[in-house]
Amino acid sequence: MIFQGKQKIWSEYQKDIPEDHYFYVRSCIRQSFFPASEKTFLDIVKGELGKDFFETPHHTTCGGIAYHAEAVPQETMMTIIARQFALMTENGYENYVCSCITSFGLYTEVMEDWREFPELEAKIRENLWKATKREFKVPKYLAHASDIIYKFRNEIAERAKFRLVNHKTGAPLKVVEHIGCHYSKMFPSKGVGGAEYPYVLAGMIESWGGEVIDYPERRHCCGFGFRQYLVKANRGYSMSNTYKKFESMEPFEPDMIITNCPGCPYFLDRWQYVIAEQTGKTYGKDGYGIPVFTYEEVAGLVLGYDPWDLGLQTHQVAVEPLLDKMGVPYKPEEKYKGVGGKVIVPPEFPMNIKCC
Amino acid sequence: MGKLYDRLAQDYRVKEGLRACINCGTCSAICPAAEFYKYDPKTIMNIVQTRDDAQIEELLKGDQIWYCGECLSCVTRCPRKNAPGLVIMALRSMSIDMGYFIESEKGRQQLPLTRRMQNNILNYGYCVYPRTFHYKDHPEYGTVGKWINENMEAVYERLGAHLDQIGPGALRKIPQESLDELKAIFDVTGATHRMEVVEEASKKMAEKMGMTLEEYEQQAFDETSQEHLNL
Ligand code: SF4
Ligand code: SF4
Repeated sequence: MIFQGKQKIWSEYQKDIPEDHYFYVRSCIRQSFFPASEKTFLDIVKGELGKDFFETPHHTTCGGIAYHAEAVPQETMMTIIARQFALMTENGYENYVCSCITSFGLYTEVMEDWREFPELEAKIRENLWKATKREFKVPKYLAHASDIIYKFRNEIAERAKFRLVNHKTGAPLKVVEHIGCHYSKMFPSKGVGGAEYPYVLAGMIESWGGEVIDYPERRHCCGFGFRQYLVKANRGYSMSNTYKKFESMEPFEPDMIITNCPGCPYFLDRWQYVIAEQTGKTYGKDGYGIPVFTYEEVAGLVLGYDPWDLGLQTHQVAVEPLLDKMGVPYKPEEKYKGVGGKVIVPPEFPMNIKCC
Repeated sequence: MGKLYDRLAQDYRVKEGLRACINCGTCSAICPAAEFYKYDPKTIMNIVQTRDDAQIEELLKGDQIWYCGECLSCVTRCPRKNAPGLVIMALRSMSIDMGYFIESEKGRQQLPLTRRMQNNILNYGYCVYPRTFHYKDHPEYGTVGKWINENMEAVYERLGAHLDQIGPGALRKIPQESLDELKAIFDVTGATHRMEVVEEASKKMAEKMGMTLEEYEQQAFDETSQEHLNL
């Protein structure tokens, strides 16, 4: 393939991602807001692709959000991470994959710090031994879960039941990708495509038939900001960042947004709702917003998984316009039902933005 | 050279994040916090590198250091490979350790933050956890969030999560022995001590402000002055 322009630059930042045998750790935020995405990830890598991804119930938070909220010191976060590495080592794995960008950024930083300051690593080893009598090896390879989906994007494309294409017109869907700051802004060489041209999501989009939108605030933060969201008094910071991004992408009329980080899809989805309820403004057509997805949800849609098995009913912004464009069938009456069709009283509908 | 600077310079995040800053302002130009708050990472970097204790103390007692969102966008852009975001983290840690954080409105938010985050980790093993993420504290969770809150078991079951269950899976109950290990890590590495420092300093400040600690916590969580904003 001959690459030109930005594609050429993107193609130059690649990393070798091991094929198989990973120790898998979950994300607090993805589990809380998008648990079906983690299930989908494992269904794809284990079920569809037959790979070995091991999870132990003993793994925990990495402490990252508490650390970035200054609720625990750096040494605490590093020692919790060391414990996670010990679990990997004890279970015979060397490749480590996490489902969270905050974790990925911290693991990367911690491993770099320990390389640069060996006395710090020694201190953490001592802490871990004192607290838990555990020892660890540093992973040979660290991946974010999206790196794995990126690696197997073409295998997924080969099995595609639906593509990121308007099934009526055949035109590629216009897709905004949002990488999440801690994926590669700190250590560009650790993320696919670096910080300037992150390719991890763009690669999926291209492989599945969509067209990536380049818009001015593409690399701007979603606005999580840790304490800037966790504390109610600060949330204006969080929302105004999302607002800035939406104002910037609006003229490009995106059909959908794909996100890398577990927090970003929550913020980009929920702040659209708040903006609509406060100001009446929606960024899609006819009172709809722009639907926001995790990369696992998009991979699942491409593979033909049921939208409600993927958890798309937990989004505040309606996903149906996108399903209609892709030609994905769905049963509206099943959307808010429980396992086995169990009736759950459906949510109330917002005033200004459609949620189904 | 000052004593506060010397202490700050021991922090690995300063060792890593502050080489010679040329005051170019690139970090401030890219910074989302500088757009929203009266905040300027360039000035903070300059104060730290001048090693002036009086100004550093002012930073530790003020609101500015709490404005950063720790997005680390500045790291990519700094021509000197500095990391203003990391230097901020070191300043914040020092402000807490020295009990200076209670002097500023944004610093006082450390009480609700430390309580909530530490409780989540020690009781459940998660930083964010559905059973402590309430719609009433998070109205932006939306009508769907309220629905998830009110139908938690049925919704998480439908999503294939293992809420409160034994064994692997999303939102599984983390075994008690693993939670005990987290507690031991907290004790050994200073997190337990941090909670004590935050509680004690906040208690004194609450008394000074004529409030109960609970009222103080609620105010810190809910209220903000317009003065912080870069309007
Ligand atoms: S971008 Fe770097 S060199 Fe320039 S002011 Fe900021 S920290 Fe200093
Ligand atoms: S880490 Fe802080 S100082 Fe750096 S760009 Fe983000 S908000 Fe600004």
